[in-house]
Amino acid sequence: MANTIHVEIVSAEEQIFSGEAEMVYAPAIMGEVGIAPRHTPLISPLKPGEVRLDMGGGKEEFFFISGGILEIQPHMVTVLSDTAIRADDLNEAAALEAKKRAEAALEDQKSDFDVAKARAEIASAAAQIAAIKKWRRK
Amino acid sequence: MAGGKEIKTKITSVQNTQKITKAMEMVAASKMRRAQDQMFATRPYAQRIATVVAHVASSHAEYKHPFLIERPIKRAGFITISTDRGLCGGLNTNLFKKALNKIGELDDQGIEIDVVTFGVKALGFFKRIGARIIAEASHIGDRPDISAVIGPVQAMLKSYSEGEIDVIYLISNEFVNTMTQEPKITQLVPVVPSEDTELKHHWDYIYEPGSKEVLDNVLDRYIESLVYQAVVENVACEMASRMLAMKNATDNAGDMINELQLIYNRERQASITQEISEIVGGAAAV
Repeated sequence: MANTIHVEIVSAEEQIFSGEAEMVYAPAIMGEVGIAPRHTPLISPLKPGEVRLDMGGGKEEFFFISGGILEIQPHMVTVLSDTAIRADDLNEAAALEAKKRAEAALEDQKSDFDVAKARAEIASAAAQIAAIKKWRRK
Repeated sequence: MAGGKEIKTKITSVQNTQKITKAMEMVAASKMRRAQDQMFATRPYAQRIATVVAHVASSHAEYKHPFLIERPIKRAGFITISTDRGLCGGLNTNLFKKALNKIGELDDQGIEIDVVTFGVKALGFFKRIGARIIAEASHIGDRPDISAVIGPVQAMLKSYSEGEIDVIYLISNEFVNTMTQEPKITQLVPVVPSEDTELKHHWDYIYEPGSKEVLDNVLDRYIESLVYQAVVENVACEMASRMLAMKNATDNAGDMINELQLIYNRERQASITQEISEIVGGAAAV
């Protein structure tokens, strides 16, 4: 156990790998890093590339990632991998698109924001639910 | 037999409705299981990134990210997650009720809101009450993809960075179990780091290339992952809630069929009795 380090590779959608390795190689943004057990804490964004795990005994495992974040602690390495392809301008475009959709949806909106009206609406919906519950109990 | 035929038609129509609700119940049940699996699959990432953020927030980097600094609230941002379709019980209504309480609270302090909506129902609701919606996403489907979340979240974060809003709340449903879904409000930004009891002594990461770039990257992803998780969880809630609503509908349809059948039988019996007495009466007269 002394010469291994725990590795977790996860993406937002699922867990990809969890286990022990003797050495981890990852494509950090400043260049590839090799991580041995008891590495000092480090955190860095990752470039798209390959994460290589040296499992010991000549066995290796490869994972392709399209970017993400690398976090290192003396006893553990975490790779938070991205599944979505991102770049600042892409994010920006996505944000704009979401805004545009909202604007399009709001085109026919005339009334101003009205808390009282909303409250009344919710109250009537709540009353409906209560009535249905009561009716069901009968 | 006056109403006999009408009652028979009504029974058939209720039976057809029952078939539909029954089918919807079963579809929702199987979709719920899938949604739950997806919910569990997203958990490791969320947990890992939450610990990283907790470390970063408690560390003493030379750069303080704006997402970690609290400031006086003049305008609030709401990210509301609802379903696209109805027929799922009180799920959305309960959520909106919770949101409205919060809006009322903020309104009393003179704080207005900006909204980002997920799902057709939230869009419709906030549109009707006339809130300012800055971004929306709907028709994400039953297996949401994180890329669907990035756009709207970035729009809200941008609005925060530009100082338009001073706090962002996430309003979503929590999947307690199949029977219970709770609406809840979480503060997203400024980030409230979860308490990390394990590591309390002073230490810090080596930031590569620098703490600013790293924090920008980590915090964006952290917030996206929280919203994404909520979206996935909401699918599970929707399916569970729909399953329950449709089960109730099926049961109610069954009760209704029984009642109608009883009325039909009584009607038929009455008409037979009447016919017999008419025959007997006629025979006696001859």
